[in-house]
Amino acid sequence: MKTTIKIKLILALSFLSFGVLAASELHLDHANTDISDMASLQNGAKLFMNYCSGCHAISFMRYNRIAKDLNLSDSLVSEHLMFAGEKPGETITTAMPEEGASKWFGGHPPDLSLVARAKGTDWIYTYLRGFYEDESKVFGVNNKVLANASMPDVLWSLKEGRPETEFNQDVRDITNFLDYVGEPAKLIRTSLGVWVLLFLGGLFILTYLLKKEYWKDVKYGIWRPRD
Amino acid sequence: MKNKQSWIDQRFPLTKVWNEHLAEYYTPRNFNFWYFFGSLAILMLVMQLVTGIFLTMHFKPDSANAFASVEYIMRDVEWGWLVRYLHSVGASAFFVVIYLHMFRGLLYGSYKGPRELIWVLGMLLYIALMAEAFMGYVLPWGQMSYWGAQVIISLFGSVPVIGPDLLVWILGDYAVGDAALNRFFALHVIALPLILVVLVFLHIVALHTVGSNNPDGIEIKKTKDNDGIPKDGIPFHPYFTVKDTMGAVAFLWIFCAVVFYAPGLNGYFLEHANFIEANPLQTPEHIAPLWYLTPFYSVLRAVPPMFGSQFPGVLAMGASLLILFFLPWLDRSPVKSIRYRSPIYKWVLGVFVISFVVLGWLGMEPVTPLNVFLARFFTVLYFAFFILMPWYTSIGKNKEVPERLTE
Repeated sequence: MKTTIKIKLILALSFLSFGVLAASELHLDHANTDISDMASLQNGAKLFMNYCSGCHAISFMRYNRIAKDLNLSDSLVSEHLMFAGEKPGETITTAMPEEGASKWFGGHPPDLSLVARAKGTDWIYTYLRGFYEDESKVFGVNNKVLANASMPDVLWSLKEGRPETEFNQDVRDITNFLDYVGEPAKLIRTSLGVWVLLFLGGLFILTYLLKKEYWKDVKYGIWRPRD
Repeated sequence: MKNKQSWIDQRFPLTKVWNEHLAEYYTPRNFNFWYFFGSLAILMLVMQLVTGIFLTMHFKPDSANAFASVEYIMRDVEWGWLVRYLHSVGASAFFVVIYLHMFRGLLYGSYKGPRELIWVLGMLLYIALMAEAFMGYVLPWGQMSYWGAQVIISLFGSVPVIGPDLLVWILGDYAVGDAALNRFFALHVIALPLILVVLVFLHIVALHTVGSNNPDGIEIKKTKDNDGIPKDGIPFHPYFTVKDTMGAVAFLWIFCAVVFYAPGLNGYFLEHANFIEANPLQTPEHIAPLWYLTPFYSVLRAVPPMFGSQFPGVLAMGASLLILFFLPWLDRSPVKSIRYRSPIYKWVLGVFVISFVVLGWLGMEPVTPLNVFLARFFTVLYFAFFILMPWYTSIGKNKEVPERLTE
């Protein structure tokens, strides 16, 4: 009886996961980022600040938090990542004026603090590599992920005259950095989780033994089955 | 020590309460896996209350600042990310626990007499919990918070005659906005938690008055020894306190695995679109409530608009919740536990579980002709479980129920 219910549950659940798989339409390349790869995050930070931050803010992120998390000294950060005399404790905004943005791009370029959480790393990785030439557009390019994107192909200079694998790695690093920006706690969350689970595992063994000891009363002792 | 105890006992029934509810509360010895979820529900309630207090210290219930304040908690508040994840994963985990707890009731007939009031109080708890979760989900003020609230609250607007006025009264505005966010915050952090705590208290008092059911569905109070102790009962404390502690640690292991390794559970616990700030001018392509509300959302969508009104769907959704209250009186079987019921009930319960899960899945999916057909089909099965219950529980051959527990 119990097994039939279990089988039905499993059937129902597999039905569920099938539906989820079938739901995705657009093919996205796998970003394959690794948030524990410091060199990748540092390169991503550098590229982001040089190529993206002119237009896109990451206004939930602070310069000194990046410095601390990516093992960079404050002076290194102010030299290579801060261009307009900001203070290390400030959040990373953009100097682009609202009015100009509307005139140039038809709207203010979005804040990218949470783009990795809203769209996913695969989306960013595919989007940044998805520009193709299209003479009908203002900037001469269109995008296969986000049709009629109003963003120019700002990374074209990284593409020119370099092997595709190197370019892909740079895009992967930017994606990795944005993944970190989306959730800085991710750096500590996964490493801390191991200890939490180990602790709870140990505690479980203790509570199991405690339960077993007490329940001897129920099996053979004062509370054994009575008739 | 003894003196102090009697000093208190002369002024407050400490020893009496301790004995009645723990040390001399006699519990069936044969509780199985399904009986962990009651104490786990209390654990989740405490988890939500405690983490909620700390979130309230940093959250800003203001439509201009709410979204940013949640990110502030996630980034700038020490351990804020952990408290927030414990709370957001906690909400889903609470519902997992509650659904399994309710399923246990269906398996072993725990809602049947003399436990009807326990079931009714439990249903009130379930509804209050859904309201609590819904309002909590609005607070981070993301796109799904905003548009989910818009969809759910607009249902009140479909009530004939008074609908539009009712809508404005609920929202304090003509649309979901700052006023709604503020009152949802008040209800989420004060009113509903108070109601939940009081209902939990009543639920447990009612349970301890009649005593716990068990997998055999036998009343252990029928067979007592000379001291008036049920022969199949053992004291709740220490035997079930140590057992439930073990269960709580096992549960927390799984819970923490999600908190630390998949806090958003790929969009099921934290929807991706909710990481975009609420924008009243931009409707998301696809609006879905969180998973624990979707079975009822499916029922709503399964009913077509009639006379240009969504109200019939709203009524159906209300009925799908309300009908659960009547379970104790719809069930005519003389037998409580599925162990001794006729095979008919096993099949019917299996179909009901499938219907509920499929409706839940459909509630997260976009509307397509096939999905609408499936939603209607399983909505009919959902209601059939209740409406036909007086009939199918009175036919078929039940097994003989033993006098005493079998294990």
